[in-house]
Amino acid sequence: MDSGLRPQDERHVAEAVAWAASGNNSLTILGRGTKRSVGRPVDSEYSLDLSALDGITLYEPEELVLGAHAGTAMKTITEALEKNRQQLAFEPADLSALLGARPRGAGSIGGILAANLSGPRRIRAGAARDFFLGVRAVSGRGELFKSGGRVVKNVTGYDMCKGLAGSWGTLAVLTHVTIKVMPAPETSVSLIVGGLDDEAAVALMCEVIRTVHEVSAAAHVQQPLTGRSKVAQVSALEAAATVFRLEGVGPSVRHGTKKLEARLRKAGALETLASRASLKLWREIRDVHFLARPGDRLVWKLSVPPACGAAVVGEISSALADTQALFDWAGGLVWLSVPRDPSAHAGVIRKAVAATGGHATLFRAPANMRSALEVFPPLAPGADLLARRLKSGFDPNNILNFGRMYAGM
Amino acid sequence: MSTLTMPPADRGVLERRVQIARDLQAIVPGEGVITDEVRLKVYESDGLTAYRQVPMLAVLPSTTAEVSAVLKYCHENGIKVVPRGAGTSLSGGALPLEDGVLLGLAKFNRILDIDLDNRCAVVEPGVTNLAITEAVEGDGFYYAPDPSSQIACTIGGNVAENSGGVHCLKYGLTTNNILGLEMVLITGEVIRIGGRHLDADGYDLLGLMTGSEGLLGVITEVTVRILQKPEIARALLIGFETSEQAGRCVADIIGRGIIAAGMEMMDKLAIHAADDFAQADYPRDVEALLIVELDGSLPEVEHLVEQVTKIATKNEARTLRVSRSEKERLLFWAGRKAAFPAIGRISPDYYCMDGTIPRHRLPEVLAQIRKLSKKYGLRVANVFHAGDGNLHPLILYDANTKDELERAEAFGADILKLCVAVGGVLTGEHGVGVEKRDLMSTMFNDHDLKHQQRVKCAFDPKGLLNPGKVFPVLHRCAELGRMHVHKGSLAFPDIPRF
Repeated sequence: MDSGLRPQDERHVAEAVAWAASGNNSLTILGRGTKRSVGRPVDSEYSLDLSALDGITLYEPEELVLGAHAGTAMKTITEALEKNRQQLAFEPADLSALLGARPRGAGSIGGILAANLSGPRRIRAGAARDFFLGVRAVSGRGELFKSGGRVVKNVTGYDMCKGLAGSWGTLAVLTHVTIKVMPAPETSVSLIVGGLDDEAAVALMCEVIRTVHEVSAAAHVQQPLTGRSKVAQVSALEAAATVFRLEGVGPSVRHGTKKLEARLRKAGALETLASRASLKLWREIRDVHFLARPGDRLVWKLSVPPACGAAVVGEISSALADTQALFDWAGGLVWLSVPRDPSAHAGVIRKAVAATGGHATLFRAPANMRSALEVFPPLAPGADLLARRLKSGFDPNNILNFGRMYAGM
Repeated sequence: MSTLTMPPADRGVLERRVQIARDLQAIVPGEGVITDEVRLKVYESDGLTAYRQVPMLAVLPSTTAEVSAVLKYCHENGIKVVPRGAGTSLSGGALPLEDGVLLGLAKFNRILDIDLDNRCAVVEPGVTNLAITEAVEGDGFYYAPDPSSQIACTIGGNVAENSGGVHCLKYGLTTNNILGLEMVLITGEVIRIGGRHLDADGYDLLGLMTGSEGLLGVITEVTVRILQKPEIARALLIGFETSEQAGRCVADIIGRGIIAAGMEMMDKLAIHAADDFAQADYPRDVEALLIVELDGSLPEVEHLVEQVTKIATKNEARTLRVSRSEKERLLFWAGRKAAFPAIGRISPDYYCMDGTIPRHRLPEVLAQIRKLSKKYGLRVANVFHAGDGNLHPLILYDANTKDELERAEAFGADILKLCVAVGGVLTGEHGVGVEKRDLMSTMFNDHDLKHQQRVKCAFDPKGLLNPGKVFPVLHRCAELGRMHVHKGSLAFPDIPRF
């Protein structure tokens, strides 16, 4: 790559993309670049850096709505929300430590939505895409278009916000987004059961999330990963930790805790984490802190039916030595760290996942491996055809993040 | 009937009607193909009865393989297809075409699997919304979106329309409550998207399909998320002297961090009609009535009832009652849920609008609607999903009185333009269909609409699925695919480089 463009507003973005399209100059689209190492490497002449499209344009706490330029740093948004005791309910992860990007908190809201990254509360509150109400974007045609709006209930035309969420900048460049925000919970408590194996942990998590209403997250950290926690009660366990978080108003959390404690005591030794420690632990889980080091191991992101989480990891581990797993979403999201290998062990991993109907993404790997392998889950023929047609409709000259998701598009 | 321009009928197709019926009978044998006028009449309209059209013929397949073969045949022979669930659409989404095949999915009525461990159910598209909840409630679960038509409307139609209900602020619309689909493209290709896992891979085709109004594909299976039933739900019935006070109360509840399961508002005409109809014991001397439903565990609900009571009192509530039993809670809702038929009792006809507005604009929107009501000489009752800003003005008219339908439609269009002008949208949950099709350009410019149509082109390049709906102008896909570029240098040479 030889040079970069840093547009100052959406008119600039449209102009830059139109110019690139006219000369077939491909562009790497960057919010703030913290997730640049995810996906297949983009071979482009120019980068389009959106960090100047910065700032909150609309925030009405009582309407639960926030609008911001796409390059706005997550830190800016989080701080504004915290002042009003609100939050992004989908709990976006900050994966900078996992991906070796610096500094923390630097990612952009556009980047989070383009990657559709959701954290532990996904099982309760929904994914990033579920909070994406409105968008302004520039397609690979260099044309600015909008979709959605600032209201929650809206079925006027296709839901293009969803179409763009998780498209990793391959269909259009987001310039402005409007999202639904939610009140932050008044109270949060975590309960930890120590010493369960994967199978028992996933079974327990699935049972608990269907019976105890106040549980907003359920995760399982394998031993010896628990030793990496900066929360003393977790690192001192010297055993696996199965963690449940209860959130809500005080009386509700107290009620749920009592109910949950009664159930969990039958499963093993029990620890309780109050607000601050609880917050810290869930940040570690959300940000995949447990697998950040050593940085040369490969990290896969597995999305499977929650009840299948342990079996999938069991199958992979029986074929592959030295795997480490972090289970979130009650078993439905598995972050799997495996030793380095030219194949990234893709065959074993994708075979185990495919049996459940789920999929696997090679989330962290060196660039040469990411260009040689399929990073995103290979698409079935029908979905592949639709994806290619969508790409050519929105970006006919293949100038936006060309090849980042799939080779040749 | 008011004027509506639909795509011109293909005479060639109409001339081949008998042969087409015969060919389709080979695919869907027995009673699967309907050709006689009387039986076709059943399908001539959906919930938007102002528009009627008998289809060329109707096909009722019962397997995915049959749907696939029917679509493939229609695609190869250039025949338009209009998919239909239960036909409860309020925007004419299932309005047939003179030269089109009406594809009814009613025979897809089985619940295929209930998977409590993964908190989902796999169902066929013809299963009714309520039947899903009924199938899982014994295990303490339910399916959250609950459109008023839930006893009749089907989940396939809910996906096509991205249906809402009264619990959207807390539990979301259809799009937030489904995990997977099996669908058939117009070419006959069967595609599976998502599944029992939480995030589908690739582009979010699930998100694009939901709310696509039958223009992208035909759904043959749906995997829905099911939720635990809350331990308890209580409702508060709160009366106010002004809609401003009621609106302020709603804002304060949310501002306090309380996300109610449902918050509904009615104006005086709606209150009286609903109360007369359902004997819900509503206060009758208030201008605005709020139903606030709180759900969760017993201690949580008790705590929240206390909080909401305080907020309502601060906003000068005239009357306030808290449901003391499940029976009473349902009675509070009975009036609201019957609001549409209740209006039907006081007026020969009514026209239901469906705009969404930023909540705080409610008082001025209601004032404008009152002005428009005078201008058009038609009464209007307002029912409002106050939590999420979705407004349903019901315009009262008599189709047998000269020009009243036309006036009602013009009144309705003015209301929707007003919704857009204050930062809202044309439709919150009923869909664009044919009803709001020609208003799309008040919200979207040419670029916006063309990009939406490029999605359509990816799924259905020949434009055979449900044409005439959603888009005011249908561009040919070949024209949309062209790239217009101006060779040369940047017109804004001031874009910083690094």
